[in-house]
Amino acid sequence: MRRRRLVSVVVAVGLVAACTSPGGDVTVDTGTSIVIGAGSEPENLNPILGYAPDGAAKVFDGLVSRDASLDLVPALAAEVPTASADGLTWTATLRDGVRFSDGTPLSAQDVVFTYRSVLDDRTNTTIASRFDAVAEVTAPDERTVEFRLSYPYAPFAQQLTLGIVPRKAFDGVDVNSAPFNTAPVGTGPYTVAEWRKGDRLVLRANEDHWNDAPAIKTVTVVFVPDDNARATRMAAGEFDGTVLPPKLAHSYTGKAGYRIVRNPSADYRGLGLPSELPLTSDPRVRRAINLGLNRQAVIDAVLAGAGTPAATPISPHLDDWYDPKASFAHDTAEAERLLDEAGWREGPDGTRSRDGQPARLPVLYPAPDVLRKELALAAASDIAKLGIDAPVEATTFDVMLQRRDEAANVWGGGDPYDPDTAAYTLLHSRYAGQPGYVNMTNYRNARVDAALDTARRSLDPAARRQAYADFQQAYVADPGWAFLVFLDHTYVLRDKWDGQVPQVEPHDHGLVHAVWWNIERWTPKS
Amino acid sequence: MTAPTRRRGRALGLLVLRRLAFAVPVLLLVSFALFVLAKASPFDPVERYFGARIIGASPERVAQIRANWGVDEPVVGQYLAWLRHAVAGDFGDSLSLRQPVAQVIGERLGWSVLLAATGFALALLLGLVLGTAAAWRQGGRLDRTITTVAYALEAAPVFWLGLAALYVFALELRWLPGGGLTDPGAAVDVGQVARHLALPVAVLAISHAPWYVLFVRQGLLESFTSDHVVGARSRGLPDHLVVSGHALRTSLLPFLSLLGARLPELITGALLVETVFSWPGIARATVDAALNVDFALLGALTVLATAVVLLGNLLADVLYAAADPRVGLDG
Repeated sequence: MRRRRLVSVVVAVGLVAACTSPGGDVTVDTGTSIVIGAGSEPENLNPILGYAPDGAAKVFDGLVSRDASLDLVPALAAEVPTASADGLTWTATLRDGVRFSDGTPLSAQDVVFTYRSVLDDRTNTTIASRFDAVAEVTAPDERTVEFRLSYPYAPFAQQLTLGIVPRKAFDGVDVNSAPFNTAPVGTGPYTVAEWRKGDRLVLRANEDHWNDAPAIKTVTVVFVPDDNARATRMAAGEFDGTVLPPKLAHSYTGKAGYRIVRNPSADYRGLGLPSELPLTSDPRVRRAINLGLNRQAVIDAVLAGAGTPAATPISPHLDDWYDPKASFAHDTAEAERLLDEAGWREGPDGTRSRDGQPARLPVLYPAPDVLRKELALAAASDIAKLGIDAPVEATTFDVMLQRRDEAANVWGGGDPYDPDTAAYTLLHSRYAGQPGYVNMTNYRNARVDAALDTARRSLDPAARRQAYADFQQAYVADPGWAFLVFLDHTYVLRDKWDGQVPQVEPHDHGLVHAVWWNIERWTPKS
Repeated sequence: MTAPTRRRGRALGLLVLRRLAFAVPVLLLVSFALFVLAKASPFDPVERYFGARIIGASPERVAQIRANWGVDEPVVGQYLAWLRHAVAGDFGDSLSLRQPVAQVIGERLGWSVLLAATGFALALLLGLVLGTAAAWRQGGRLDRTITTVAYALEAAPVFWLGLAALYVFALELRWLPGGGLTDPGAAVDVGQVARHLALPVAVLAISHAPWYVLFVRQGLLESFTSDHVVGARSRGLPDHLVVSGHALRTSLLPFLSLLGARLPELITGALLVETVFSWPGIARATVDAALNVDFALLGALTVLATAVVLLGNLLADVLYAAADPRVGLDG
């Protein structure tokens, strides 16, 4: 009796303001609108501050954009910009007749303003490092933009995907806190209809887009950071598509009306091996650790198979650059032999030591990151099998950076566009010993340096490819890391649209890249 | 107006002034303590700002932003700079959200106030009705049920209640939506918001009502034994008139001060409820501000919360004094 009262009180209160059932006012569904459940929300929508620097920006166009195979195609530039013979001057000619969504015509001054603002010291942007090579940006006339570099930088055109903003929107306004940052105006296939921070972003088709208006007229992006909450709301039919961890996406296998999409990425996770720790200062030990890791088993156990083994920062999905010979077999016998050869002998308790010093390599990961934790545990257990004591510790990025000379840290990053961005600051000895998140293992290898420099400066594609092949060979002979995996990103999608094509993804896969990278080209299935 | 009333009015005015003057050092102290705490945070604001892009970012660029923000300056200097602008009404720009702080708060505060105010009103209503019912039938089955549930709910954390409500009403019964302000495709209108508001408000109210229920019940039981109630009963007045007209009226006075004292709980409760139900209020911005060591936003939010609590208490005291002429106005 008492319990029934309790229930009736609770139910009565729950009913105070609500008697209707959800979904009472759904509009007729013709496939011209889509609701996306996204895991992360952009902090702002201003390309200058770092929104969508690799294109697919929805609201903006860059001078160039990328097709499904990641080749550059012209966007606001009439053709993909090319370099002068010395590689120091890059010239872009603008497409005619492009207008911003507020009607202002696009001019070279807008492009100059966008890039100069990124390079301005007063701008708090997260992407300035990408343009370190740029000395000056000018507009010789209204349709031409010239980038002058301070050193030859072959992959420069890859950085021209950055969205272009209208200069006049920033007249007398501080870029760092401009109203534009949340209510932007661009030339892109969509315009921002509404952004309710922390809840949702509504995009409306730009009917006047230079490259035809999108068939999907309304894109609603709902931000739900929690994986389980997103899975629940997808199951309740609130979303047409969402990103889910592989294990949660699995329940949609074979479900009518839904598709599971698994896109490969260049988003790596790996252990940085400290080159100054006595144990791992020996290249033979670093090679032994790489050979001792059973990467495929880790991927199957931790990621339900959604990943590709990683040996270097260059993803096997990047056909242009990847060298299939640069990989590590799982070979514990060879690993043990290398450790013996390096003088780390197994003692009676199974732990190796040299001159009385035990072989010990702590493995650190950032505490809130569940995936990195599981990877750390799996890798540490493989390392322990070689006779190296590998305690796993949860900590923060700051502590990982402070202890980078004595611990193996689980780092992550990477993008698929050009090997230079993934490898140069990570492995070039020029960045060894520098503060911050560059060359965190203090890796030094003259052959790797030479190959990376040659590749960066060579405009000839064949020469670049050769240099990156050299780089991968030199690196695998003397690995500074134990790269583990390139993650696959998994999505569940209602099977209502044509035009979705896979693209190798970068680390960032919230609203911008991910399965809906080309949503402006999707069409409703009839 | 008689002379004593006028004197009392002036005393009340003095009380308000005194309290407001006292609020100034409290606000200064709280905001400074916040800056010190934030400075001791294990998170680095610049690294948080870069996020994943910190990997490979050139050290010069990172150092440039550190310099732009002055994050390595001593905490006293940063605080004084913030204070100078805050006093002039300029709370600066939120570093983590790349927006002026005033805009960040303006966009979200309304939804939080809606949630907190509705929840507060409902909790009050529940407190009065159930508390009175329990006291009226003291020792009866109704009283025993209400008190037991109230004690149980006092012990239940609000986020736990929220998750339980989410599970029962949104997932299992599917009566109410599980989060957000509106359905994904729908526009913001009264019906949509009311339906999405129902569950969070109910959870917030139910988690706060027990304090009011038990307080009202206790107050009523005490006043049942007081002279004027015993007198009314002995004059043969009907029971409901005695309870509502005599007993409840006097026991409501201390209730006013409880309202003031419960305000901080209401604010933190609302923040937790917002998080559970993805309500687009100030909660997520608060958590982001703390995690990103966003001094400007943290400072403004803390000052705001402190001011609300101080003002709420002042309001409760003024009402108390206005309602009961015997209350002294010295402190």
